Amino acid sequence: MKKDIIISGVGGQGILTISTVIGTAALSEGLELKQAEVHGMSQRGGDVQSHMRLSSDKIASDLIPQGQADIIISVEPLESLRYVEMLNREKGWLVTSMNPFNNIADYPPVEDILNAIWELPHYVTIDANRVAKDLGSIKAANIVVLGAASPLLDIKYDSLEEAIRTIFAKKGEDIIHLNLKALRAGRDYAQERT
Amino acid sequence: MQKLLLLGDEAIAQGAIDAGISAVYAYPGTPSTEITEYIQASKQAAEKKIKSLWSANEKTAMETAIGMSYAGKKSLVCMKHVGLNVAADPFINSAVTGANGGLVVLSADDPSMHSSQNEQDSRFYGKFALIPVLEPSNQQEAYDMTRYAFELSEKFGTPVLIRVTTRLAHSRAGVTRAKESKQNSMQLPGDLQQFVLLPAIARRQYKRLLTKQELFENDGLESGFNTLIPGKDKSLGIVACGIAYNYLLENFEGGKVPYPVLKVGQYPIPAKLVEELYNSVDEMLVLEEGYPIFEELLRGYLNKGKTVRGRLEGSIPRDGELNPNIVGRALGLAITEGFETPSILRGRPPQLCEGCSHTDSFKALNEALEPYSGGRVLSDIGCYTLSALPPLESINSCVDMGASITMAIGAADAGLFPVVAAIGDSTFTHSGITGLLDAVNHNSPITVLLNDNSTTGMTGGQDSSAFGKVDDIVRGLGVEEEHIRVITPLRRNHEENVKVFQEELEYRGVSVIIARRECIQTLARRMKLKALEKRKEKTLA
Repeated sequence: MKKDIIISGVGGQGILTISTVIGTAALSEGLELKQAEVHGMSQRGGDVQSHMRLSSDKIASDLIPQGQADIIISVEPLESLRYVEMLNREKGWLVTSMNPFNNIADYPPVEDILNAIWELPHYVTIDANRVAKDLGSIKAANIVVLGAASPLLDIKYDSLEEAIRTIFAKKGEDIIHLNLKALRAGRDYAQERT
Repeated sequence: MQKLLLLGDEAIAQGAIDAGISAVYAYPGTPSTEITEYIQASKQAAEKKIKSLWSANEKTAMETAIGMSYAGKKSLVCMKHVGLNVAADPFINSAVTGANGGLVVLSADDPSMHSSQNEQDSRFYGKFALIPVLEPSNQQEAYDMTRYAFELSEKFGTPVLIRVTTRLAHSRAGVTRAKESKQNSMQLPGDLQQFVLLPAIARRQYKRLLTKQELFENDGLESGFNTLIPGKDKSLGIVACGIAYNYLLENFEGGKVPYPVLKVGQYPIPAKLVEELYNSVDEMLVLEEGYPIFEELLRGYLNKGKTVRGRLEGSIPRDGELNPNIVGRALGLAITEGFETPSILRGRPPQLCEGCSHTDSFKALNEALEPYSGGRVLSDIGCYTLSALPPLESINSCVDMGASITMAIGAADAGLFPVVAAIGDSTFTHSGITGLLDAVNHNSPITVLLNDNSTTGMTGGQDSSAFGKVDDIVRGLGVEEEHIRVITPLRRNHEENVKVFQEELEYRGVSVIIARRECIQTLARRMKLKALEKRKEKTLA
């Protein structure tokens, strides 16, 4: 088993939480893992990404080589496009939220962004904000996107659920429950499309 | 022992705790901050009473660690690469005094300048100071080498430098811990003149340091951190330093490199290993993250030996961090193409947070400066440096910690009036105080905008040494009471704040405008904690 995943978004959108859930789940399944994160300056509203590498064998590089990512998981559509040169041309999937985070003057029209995404051979685009809002809080949008990517991860769904319970434990039952529902909703949406 | 999932930084921190340190001294700086934060949050560290409060700057951190070494205990000093410039004086001299208790300096470099103003290579500092340098390639080595660094330090009575770069500092992987070592008890040096660098003693100490050089190099043969890995294809010999080794392996199925490889993790690199590799191959390729230090040594000034490829020769870009593709290209391997980046992609530079106090400060300053020509704001290092970018475009310099005030003095001396120095509270206590003293002593016609958000914001909200002390410090340095103005940078105070700026800009002496409002990130965090506590109380009740 080997999965190379790019997780992307804008600083503050909760991409490190996605990484932590996947990482915790992967560890519980005894997988090797490397996860390069962005800390520091870019966290202030700039583009952020995380390279997450999972494997049953030893992993050498902390960074994924170009054209070899299996999945891009993005909580923002424009940001999902920033890393398509990392995506494997044959089997790579792009899973992204359709909800723009517009904090720049020259943000392109959302339709143009989505059209560019829809030109790729394998993608899932999801209105994660709406799904999360319907479940009770827009804050769970990142976990909705993770749910949408979950059928592609080669990690047991139970392990992801367990990871959510562990990571959100301090925040109380309500938050755990919200995020479990968010994970499920994202997954159901994607399973109809993958 | 159980495997922990740790950032490179955290592996270093855990390594230091397990090595038996009694303190960590540091000033926050990306990508080194998480080391100290990990120790501050560690239960084990608390039980061992490891001191871990932030220092005012890297120089005070380094000196404090030398004091602990003098008293016989082990300590770690952490900083980012440019922080080592600030600490350079005590750092270089600590090599001459030598160490008593284990003294390990950690410098985290930032090639590609993700969060920095240059990409200097700390290995140079190690060579400059003539001390051993360790450079881990992965998180496990980061842990192991930190532990070894303390052993090395005490074995040879020398400070040891550990160098990491951003990718390793901020990447997670599984780390296996080893048995804890004991903390030292207090024990002053046997020679009570060891740390007295009077010329006569310094000369003796320096000779002692020079004689240690051979020991340092020999240790690099025995420590296991430099290894010559055989390969059948002798057309190329590869020297891979630190994390570059991983990028090399990534390019070959199962990590099976066909060429002989010298994996380097400890400097000085033993000449014996280099010679063995050099003599057995047709040409050399040097893979190092940062400056082409070793490539330059290997090719020599006249470059008359075998071909040595790398950053100087051009197989690898002269600047920026390495990655698997750059290394692959240098090896002549085909690179897998991904999809083409669509032309509609736009850059998304970092920016001040929504509701940040700096935005309101600079909006008021911008308006007050409107009647004057541009280029009058010398600034400093912190979140507010982002005000250089649109939409604010307020500032005209960012050079090093503290340079805003001193540059303003120089510009004022050259005739620029009015001139503004913009600095944050943490940067002020880091390196701004002495500059402001100069300004007062020279009676420089400058206006200082002191952005007091009560935290070290850019690195994630660490405690600021200035907290609660800014006004007293400014007053104590001799700034006249009527020219110390405290404002609250809020939208609703805009007109009032503009007026304060206007008044002080016209004053031909030192004025300090303290713009005080808490960082909204730390405020939000505090509120969240408060809510959590409240909920806890409720459930308990």
